[in-house]
Amino acid sequence: MVLQHINVKLLLDHSGQIDFEPLVPVFHAWIQEQGRDELLLDVADYRHVHAGPGVILIGLEANYSVDNSGNRPGVRYNRKAAFDGSNQDRLKQAAAAALKVCRRLESDPRLNSKFRFNGREIEISINDRLLAPNTAQTRDAIQPELSPFLDRLFSGAGFDLSYDESRRNLFSVLVKSHGTFSAEELMKNL
Amino acid sequence: MKTSNPLWREQLIRKMPETLAREVDIFEAEISLKKMGKLDDRLFAETRLRRGVYGQRYDNGERHDGKKAQQMAYPRRDLTKGPNTLWDAPGMQRIKIPGGGLNAAQLETLADLAEEYSDGIAHVTTRQDIQLHYIHIEDTPALMRRLAAVGITTREACGNSVRNVTTCPYAGVCQDEAFDVTPYSKALARFLLGHPDVQEFGRKFKPAFSGCNQHACALANMHDLGLVGVTRTENGEEKRGFAMYVGGGLGAVPYQAKLFDPFFPPEELLPLAQAIARVYAQLGEKKNRNRARIKFLIQDLGIEKFRELVLEERKTLEPDPRWTEYIQEALQVEEKPLKAAEKLQATGSDAFQRWLKTNIRPQRQEGYVVATVTLPIGDATSHQLRALADIARCFANESIRTTVEQNFVIRWVSESDLPELYAALEAVGLGAPGAGGIVDIVSCPGTDTCKLGISSSRGLAAELRRRLAERSFQLDEAVQNLHIKISGCFNSCGQHHVADLGFYGVSRKMSGYAVPHFQVVLGGEWENNGGTYGVPVVAVPSKNIPEVVTRLTDSYVAGRRSGETFQQFVKRTGKVALKKLLEDLTRPPVDQRDRSFFRDWGDPREYTLGDMGVGECAGEVVSTIDFDLAAAERQLFEAQVAFENGEVEQAGKTAYQSMLRAAQALVRTEFPRVTNEPDQIVGEFRTRFYDTKNFFDPFVGGKFAQYLFAAHEKAGAPYTADSVRYLIGEAHLFIEASHNYSNRAGASVLV
Repeated sequence: MVLQHINVKLLLDHSGQIDFEPLVPVFHAWIQEQGRDELLLDVADYRHVHAGPGVILIGLEANYSVDNSGNRPGVRYNRKAAFDGSNQDRLKQAAAAALKVCRRLESDPRLNSKFRFNGREIEISINDRLLAPNTAQTRDAIQPELSPFLDRLFSGAGFDLSYDESRRNLFSVLVKSHGTFSAEELMKNL
Repeated sequence: MKTSNPLWREQLIRKMPETLAREVDIFEAEISLKKMGKLDDRLFAETRLRRGVYGQRYDNGERHDGKKAQQMAYPRRDLTKGPNTLWDAPGMQRIKIPGGGLNAAQLETLADLAEEYSDGIAHVTTRQDIQLHYIHIEDTPALMRRLAAVGITTREACGNSVRNVTTCPYAGVCQDEAFDVTPYSKALARFLLGHPDVQEFGRKFKPAFSGCNQHACALANMHDLGLVGVTRTENGEEKRGFAMYVGGGLGAVPYQAKLFDPFFPPEELLPLAQAIARVYAQLGEKKNRNRARIKFLIQDLGIEKFRELVLEERKTLEPDPRWTEYIQEALQVEEKPLKAAEKLQATGSDAFQRWLKTNIRPQRQEGYVVATVTLPIGDATSHQLRALADIARCFANESIRTTVEQNFVIRWVSESDLPELYAALEAVGLGAPGAGGIVDIVSCPGTDTCKLGISSSRGLAAELRRRLAERSFQLDEAVQNLHIKISGCFNSCGQHHVADLGFYGVSRKMSGYAVPHFQVVLGGEWENNGGTYGVPVVAVPSKNIPEVVTRLTDSYVAGRRSGETFQQFVKRTGKVALKKLLEDLTRPPVDQRDRSFFRDWGDPREYTLGDMGVGECAGEVVSTIDFDLAAAERQLFEAQVAFENGEVEQAGKTAYQSMLRAAQALVRTEFPRVTNEPDQIVGEFRTRFYDTKNFFDPFVGGKFAQYLFAAHEKAGAPYTADSVRYLIGEAHLFIEASHNYSNRAGASVLV
């Protein structure tokens, strides 16, 4: 199975409601800075929507957001364009992109450390129902790819996987590590 | 774009109706031809528009990031999908939903598409469509195939075609309707889709159906073709028919539709619509798109002549069996409830009671109700759409419709199910009360995604909604029921003309900076199918609009007479007093260190329409123009007041004078010795600003200048109430365009 359009969501440490508003100027500032490696286009603000996509930094090849779907805030990387390489390469690329943006948010003084990875939980999904329908077969096919990747990511600390069972939803797995890691540590492990 | 795109055709080939499958194949081939350079830009643009594939803000490859205009480094800058529209720039997909009707499978598909191709949000429009944003054009064939597999086409969702046929979402269950117009609207939508007689229009054509005259659910008065169900008793037998209205429309200058026929039988519905389409295609303007809507044709011909031409055309039509077959087939479909009607027993929480009061409407079928699902500024998440699909299956036999107020309605709910329904909606954040009231604000996309947006309508709507929701149930009941509608520009997609409090985006220069503003439009009527249009009162900086709402509503509560509607209150108070009430809000803050005043709602970038910065030289030039333009605005205001007082002739003359004054202001910047002689002003304006295209709007070209030329040409001829109403609207737009020119000219001097 070829994995494309991988989404990685790093769940945030939070108690109570998170104010997403400070993200809007931060994402606009990132567009002003416009890095060399990817094209950033616009900011979509969905703070008014219940348990929605939050504030999204729209890019050409991928979107970044602090997403509140399922009422679980998290830093999401949503890969839109195809990515060359093996499945391991693609998992690594998506995780690295999510971790990179998470670290950037964590260290931005304008955000006062309000957006911090909780150190344990990562949701990985495939945003393409035809490539990866949410079935047991997909789960069986993906598991051999996920396990070595997650072993490396968590330095062998162990993890639990829980799958979204609804056939209507995207293929999605919530990974809970047995250890606690900073975004920086996970980045190094990659 | 998605790697699965090439696989969907094979996957869905047996599920798609053949005609829809063929349509998508053709479009996919056109995409390939365009990529090979074998299709002309303009032709391809219209082709994709007719499939609902629309442009989106910044798709010309430029975006002002708050500091500078960025050239966006798209990989294929030489490949375009239309004039000034880059191939790789994301766009909007409009999805036609005839009559707003959706079943559960369709909701689930929309949810999947929003998630996989867009940003996880489906947006309900003011014409019952669904829009998805940030879509890559090469994803659209797969997206369309997935829609086709559940019976939805995007064909003719945009472009110069018959747009979505909108229909009262209560049709069939409304207590006040003459009869259920749903089957007739379905038949018309089916008949006109792709019909050869509707392919040669100069502009779009929007039909709407309503089952009654008094409500606003379909807004038949503001459509190109408005159809209202009526009955008539003949020989003791009740006969169904339609009253037909033509040539209505909001847009820059709103037109009330004219009555074409007070009653004709249903079997004439399709042939008459066909005859109208043929007359419009033959005689409607083609070259000047600013005069190409059918309302201009009807205005030029007069309704009597137009009717005569249509009836002549009707006689020439070859009988078509579909005229009756489509209606008969649609009439066979009967909507049935899922559950037996049972009375509501439980009382429930305060929140439930509030929701009951505002979001529930009894059906004419006893024991059943329609529940309105309020969406904040028309947005629903993929997760919410799936939940709605479940709810529709569980409570309503899949009977869900979108509304022109950007909500959903769930029909055929047994009253006894309401507590359970409310709990299910509340669980996914869709149980907000206040449907159709002051909190339920309607807004077009504005500067968020629309290329034409001037101010952030969605940003303002979200802010007003947040503030009003906090205190909605402490508000006076008369205020709770007011309508707020916001457009990001004069084009009225947010339907600001038919709101109690309407706003549309404009810009003004203050202290050398462009500042986002909204023109305040008061006294429009939502009821009676959008019976009366509001009138602009004053332009106020965006950041002061919440205070405008507070002052106007407080003033209404304090000053209204018993039973007086807001519209009546506005009329009695008069625009002079209302403008005075808001006058101080039009000024910039004394302390300008807080730059937030110069930014728009929800957008931290310093606002721009192309100019920023301050310079002494430009400052002088601009301040002279601004001074003269302010004088033109004052004159226009006087014209409005005269019109309101019934002084039609005086109002017409003053409105024309205001246009001359604005034109003179611009001419004076190049030719200081211009006299007050109208011929000279208009002649100089034409030479210096129209012929050079300097005055042209980036999107509508010379439209606003043409308003001046037309007014000048007709000066001296007697004015009528209708002509003055339009003239005032046109004068507003001409003065706005003059302000925009002033902003642009300032930039060119400053840079």
